[in-house]
Amino acid sequence: MDLLGDFMTRATLAGMGVALAAAPLGSFVVWRRMAYFGDATAHAAMLGVALSLAFGMSIFAGALVVAFTMALTVNALTGRGYAMDTLLGVMAHSALAFGLVAVSFLSGVRIDLMAYLFGDILAVSRLDLAVIWGGAAVVAGLIAWRWSALLTATLNADLAYASGIDPRREQLVLTVALAVTVAVAIKVVGVLLIAAMLIIPAAAARPLARSPEAMAVIAGAIGAGSAIVGLRAAFVLDTPAGPTIVCCAALAFAGTSLWRRAPLG
Amino acid sequence: MSLVTVEGLSIRYGGKTALRGVDLSIEPGEIVTIVGPNGSGKTTLLRAVIGALRPASGRVRLKPGLRLGYVPQRLHIDPTLPITVGRFLALPHRAPHGARRAALQRAGVPDLMDRQMSGLSGGQFQRVLLARALIGDPEILLLDEATQGLDQPGSAAFYRQIEAVRAETGCAVLMISHELHVVMAASDRVICLNGHVCCEGSPAVVASAPEYRALFGTGTGGALALYRHDHDHDHSHDHAAE
Repeated sequence: MDLLGDFMTRATLAGMGVALAAAPLGSFVVWRRMAYFGDATAHAAMLGVALSLAFGMSIFAGALVVAFTMALTVNALTGRGYAMDTLLGVMAHSALAFGLVAVSFLSGVRIDLMAYLFGDILAVSRLDLAVIWGGAAVVAGLIAWRWSALLTATLNADLAYASGIDPRREQLVLTVALAVTVAVAIKVVGVLLIAAMLIIPAAAARPLARSPEAMAVIAGAIGAGSAIVGLRAAFVLDTPAGPTIVCCAALAFAGTSLWRRAPLG
Repeated sequence: MSLVTVEGLSIRYGGKTALRGVDLSIEPGEIVTIVGPNGSGKTTLLRAVIGALRPASGRVRLKPGLRLGYVPQRLHIDPTLPITVGRFLALPHRAPHGARRAALQRAGVPDLMDRQMSGLSGGQFQRVLLARALIGDPEILLLDEATQGLDQPGSAAFYRQIEAVRAETGCAVLMISHELHVVMAASDRVICLNGHVCCEGSPAVVASAPEYRALFGTGTGGALALYRHDHDHDHSHDHAAE
């Protein structure tokens, strides 16, 4: 039997791939209070989608380039007069708006905008699956490789400098990982809900974890579990798949928060 | 050779000159304290030594392969980050359990290994930071207002711990403090900073230098009296005069 021939199997594997990449990255996003940064990078990817369609490139490549450019620009501009959230708000929503406008010019192509805003996980192809798991492996590998340095830089920049670690380089590692995650997650949850897959499983894992490593692993389990349960629920209830997955993660968050009231910042 | 040599160091920070023409060297085993008013560039100097700030001119030279331990002014660990003391001590390099336990012992908090960092009191937290700095057997400890947030007995105890560590390990100490009377008593050398080095020397010499007096005053509440432990004056007259 051809296991990948079933669209539900492919969708489940795609959801799990994104969840596993998002878990360790999402933990850093939560610890470093970069939630808005993740959101902004994801929204900007819509412009990448429009450019990909216009030039006949792969969506993955277009989204990756724009997400990466956006993240690097924000990185570079921070601390030059504008507050980070203002800068992100300007850039993210401008990119999203320009992306939506650009898409409307593409009269030759019939585009289901909803598929990019909210994902189209049930239409994941074998190639998509390869891209998602490839991207997830890159992200997980990158973060595992830099784990100690990232953690030190997250605790305190000067502590990192004193240990011979350049915190700006570690920030760049996270930026790259974020761009890759956004690019691979578009198909699964869409640009509007990527940040949810980063933040919600990590936040749900917090009350259950006593170490940073445990938090990343538990977040991965919660994310993957949400993907499995969410897809099943979407199938049974006939609801949109991406949002249903996020709903499951949100319920997990509510559950763990109530189960053990841990200090959450 | 000197552990740290600073030559003609100038640092520009946000369009302003924070330090200009600072020369400084730290020899093995000595305790050097940097004092100065707020905004005098004390933290800037320490951050330049650890490589967090680039000099506009001049340079900072560290002895090749120098092992340094750094205790930052303030460390905020986000409450969303779960981390035990033991794990914190093993960052960024995995230190063996024995070394971590020895460092906690030396910092005066032997029983905290399995506690969450977020559950520590202010004094415990500072001592854990000290313990982390002691891992790897540093040749020099850099402390930036390490007793901020501690009460007076707490900070006095902390500085006694620093002296004990120096006595045991022979490491040099370069520290910043506001608490003049405490640190000056413990220092071999004091550097008075105000954008540049105003004066430097033994605590007694610095305390009587006109530059130092211009910055900190010489009144009965001043550091000089406390440093010399004069108890023959009357505290009430200060208030009566107001």
